[in-house]
Amino acid sequence: MSSHPRSRRHFLQFAAGATTLLAVPRLVLARAATERRFVFVIQRGAADGLETVIPYADPGYARLRGALAIDPSLATKLDGTFALHPALVEIAKLYGAQEALFVHAVASPYRERSHFDGQNVLESGGSAPYEMKDGWLNRVIALLPQRSGEAIAITPTVPLALRGPAEVSSYAPSALQQAPDDLLQRVQQLYAQDAQLHAMWSAAMDARGMAGPALRQNPTELGQLAARFLAQPQGPRIAMLETGGWDTHSAQAPRMANQLKALDAMVAALRDGLGAAWADTTVLVATEFGRTAAANGTGGTDHGTASAAMLLGGAVQGGRVLADWPGLAAGALYQGRDLQPTTGLDALIASAAGECFGIEPQRVGRLLFPQVASGKGLPRLLRS
Amino acid sequence: MTAPSDMKNAAVALNRFGLGVRPDEALPADPKAWLLAQAEHYEALPPAWAGQPPSASLVMGYVDYQRELRQADAGSELALRQKLRSQSQERYRSAVNARVESALSTPAPFAERLVHFWANHFAVSVDKTPIAALAGAFEVEAIRPHVFGRFEDMLLAVEHHPAMLFYLDQVRSIGPGSALGLRAARANPARQRGLNENLAREILELHTLGVRSGYSQEDVTELARALTGWSIAGLPGLPNPTIPVPASIPTPVRASTPIPVHAELVEARPTRQQQQGAFAFLPLLHEPGPRNVLGRRYDQQGEAQASAILQDLASAPATARHIAGKLARHFAGDTPPAALVDRLAETFMRSRGDLPSVYRTLIDSPEVWTSAQSKFKTPWEWTLSSLRGLRLRELRGQQLAPALVQLGQPAWRPGSPAGYDDIAASWLAPDALMRRVEFAQRFAAQAGSTVDARVLGPQLLPGGLSEATASTVARAESPATALALLLASPEFLRR
Repeated sequence: MSSHPRSRRHFLQFAAGATTLLAVPRLVLARAATERRFVFVIQRGAADGLETVIPYADPGYARLRGALAIDPSLATKLDGTFALHPALVEIAKLYGAQEALFVHAVASPYRERSHFDGQNVLESGGSAPYEMKDGWLNRVIALLPQRSGEAIAITPTVPLALRGPAEVSSYAPSALQQAPDDLLQRVQQLYAQDAQLHAMWSAAMDARGMAGPALRQNPTELGQLAARFLAQPQGPRIAMLETGGWDTHSAQAPRMANQLKALDAMVAALRDGLGAAWADTTVLVATEFGRTAAANGTGGTDHGTASAAMLLGGAVQGGRVLADWPGLAAGALYQGRDLQPTTGLDALIASAAGECFGIEPQRVGRLLFPQVASGKGLPRLLRS
Repeated sequence: MTAPSDMKNAAVALNRFGLGVRPDEALPADPKAWLLAQAEHYEALPPAWAGQPPSASLVMGYVDYQRELRQADAGSELALRQKLRSQSQERYRSAVNARVESALSTPAPFAERLVHFWANHFAVSVDKTPIAALAGAFEVEAIRPHVFGRFEDMLLAVEHHPAMLFYLDQVRSIGPGSALGLRAARANPARQRGLNENLAREILELHTLGVRSGYSQEDVTELARALTGWSIAGLPGLPNPTIPVPASIPTPVRASTPIPVHAELVEARPTRQQQQGAFAFLPLLHEPGPRNVLGRRYDQQGEAQASAILQDLASAPATARHIAGKLARHFAGDTPPAALVDRLAETFMRSRGDLPSVYRTLIDSPEVWTSAQSKFKTPWEWTLSSLRGLRLRELRGQQLAPALVQLGQPAWRPGSPAGYDDIAASWLAPDALMRRVEFAQRFAAQAGSTVDARVLGPQLLPGGLSEATASTVARAESPATALALLLASPEFLRR
C-alpha cells in the first residue's frame, strides 16, 4: 500500500475523477418541477379501521366489540355516524381545519387474510399477490414532470410500493459513525463495474448529502426527517414511510392507543416540519386489510377485510368522512365476519395521486393498477 | 496445487453453503463430501450455548415478575419494569452472542446455516414480550435438535414450545364450548372469551402448507379449535395442571385477561407431571368434539387431536413444495430453477420429510454449484462471513446485537412470523449498503494493520476475486481501508 510507490499517484488520479462523478448530479439538481408532495404511510399488520374511525352510531359496533368498544363520549365526533379514536389528537385538529379526510369500508382487491400477500397486493397494485413485480408508487414517478427529484423511502431498504424502474433513494437514521469521504470515493470505484451496486451507491451518496445529522428513530423524528427531505426546493416530491405493529390479536385497547398515538405524532411532525409546503402536501395512510368486526376471545381482533384509510394535508379537501357504509348487521358482514368493502383502495389511490399531480384519475388508475378493473369513481378529494 | 475448478467448488461449499471462509482452516479437498459429513460434526448443543438458561426457567422468571408487578405499589412499579427490561435485554444479547460465537467456531458451518434457516422459517420475533428472553432457548430446544431429523419432529417441537405459544397468542385461546369457556360465558355473558386463530393460521400459511395452497378460513378455525388447550404450565389465571389450587387463592386481577380459577375445575387435571413454565395441555380450555381440517376428520381427544393434524400437515405435498421452494431459494438464487424445487419436493415426499435426505438431494444438484454468485448476503450472513474472515472465534464481551440492529437485521426480530425475506430486493438498498460500508470500516479498524487485505482477498474468495476488486484493494492508502474495501466488495457481498 503506502510502500508501493505507484499507489499514491493512482489514488490522486482516481480521487479527482471520483469527485467529479459525485459532484455532477448535485450541480444539475435544479428546483423541482412541481411543488406538490405525495406521501404514503403504510400500516403493516392490518390496522383496525373500526377502532380508528369508529362507527359509533351503528348499533352493531358496541354489540360486536363488547369490552373493546370505544366510549363515544371520549372520541372526537366526526359526523352523525363516525368518531375518531381519542389518541388521534393532532389528526382531529386537522379534521377541524378541513385538512383530514377519512375513507371507510375501503379495501384492495385482495380478499384472503395473509398479511404478506395482502401487503404485496397493496404495494404492487396488482389484483392478486405477486401478479406485478413493481410498486404503484414507483409508477407514480413516471407521471411527474422531469427533474422532480427522486422519490425517497424513509426506511433502511426500499419497500415494494416504491420498487420499479424509476430510481428511488432510501434513508433511515443511523447512529453509526460515518465513514470518511476517502473510503466512500473508493467504494464508488469498487462498484463502478457492478450495475446493481453502482445505482444503489449513487442513491445512498445523494441521500447522505441531503439528510444532515443522523437521528434516532422515533415517530416524531421520522416525521421530521421525511419533512426535511420533502421541504427542500430540489428535494423529493414522493416519500414513503412504514409503520408496523398493527396486528392486534390481543390486548388491542392499549396497543391501538399506542399505535395511533405514534402515528399522530409522526403526522404532526411532518406537518410542522413542512411548514408552508404542507399546503401542497397529500399524505395517504392505508393498510393491507382490516380486522374482524367482532372482538376475538383474547381482547383483540383477527384478520378481516375492509378497513379505513386517511388523506391528510393542506392539499386535502378535508373535514369529511367518505363511506358507502355497509353497516355491521349480521347479514351485512363480509363472509359473516368482516366489514364489507364498498370502496376500492386502488380507486382512492388513483384519485388522490391524480388530483395531487393534476392528472386525470382514470388515466392514473389505468397506469397504476393495470390489472384492476376500474370501479366507480370517487368525488373530488383534494382542493382544486 | 489445487486446480481452479476445485477451488471454485470449495468456495461454493464454504461461502454459499457454509458461513464464509476462515483463513485459519484448510479448504476442503472434496467439497461435496465435506458438506455431506457435516451431520457427524454438528453439535446440537455447542459449547457457546452451554451457559444459556432453559426456557422453562425463563418463563417462570417472567411469571414471578408479573406477580411482583401486580403486588407492587406505584413507587416500585417503574423500577420493576426497568429491571425486567434490562434483564430481558441482557438475556437477549447474551443469546445473540452465543449464536454468533457458535457460528464463528463451529466445525460444521453448513449445519449452522441450516439452524439459521429453520429458525427463520419458524420465526418468533423479540419485539413481543416475553420473546426477547426466550428466542435463544427456542432455537436451542426446538430447532437445533431436529436440523438433521425429520421435519415433522421439528414442527411438533416448535408448536409445543412456550416461545411460539406466547408469540402467536396460543396460551390463552379458549374453546367456547370448553369447560372454562362455558363457565366464563355463564359468569359474565357480556364479556367474550374464546378462540384466537393466530397460531393456527400461521401454521398453515407459514410453517407447513404455505399461502394460497388451498386451505380455507374454516380450516384455520378448525385447527384453532383443535389447538385449544395447548398452553404453558404455571401461568397466572390459567388452571394449573399439576398443583391443586385451593379456592381461597384469589384470582389475579392485574393481568389484562384474567380468567376465574375454580377449584372444582382444576381438579380435572391430567395425570402427567408437567414442568412449570413448559408446555402443558389444559383439558379445561379444549374445545370438545371432532374436527375437520382439509377434508379429513379428527376424532382424537385432547392434545393428540392437534398433533394428528400437524403430522398430516407435515407430510402434505403442499408442505413439501413450500419447504423445497424455500431451500432452493436459499441456495440457488432468488428465483430458483423449477427443476431443483421439484427434485427437493420429490425427495421430501419420498423420505417423509427426512431432512438429511433432502439436503443430500440439494448437494447432489448441479444448480447449486454454479460459480455465479446468485445470492446477496443478508446483513446476518455478511457479518458472520466478515468476522470469520477476520479469524474471530470469540467476541470477548463485545456485543453483536446492536451491530445487527444497525445493519438492518436484528437477530430474531423479523417483526412478523413470516421471518426475514430471503431475496436481494429486501436487503440491497442505498441506506443498507451505506451501513455495510460503515461497518466494514469499523471491522477493519478493529483488525488494525495486522491484516493484509491483498493476501486475505484470494483466501476469502478462492478463485473468485475480480481483477477490479483486487486492484482497488491494492491501491488503498492504508491497510484498514484496503480491508474495508475487501469486505464491502461486490464479490464479498454475495455468495
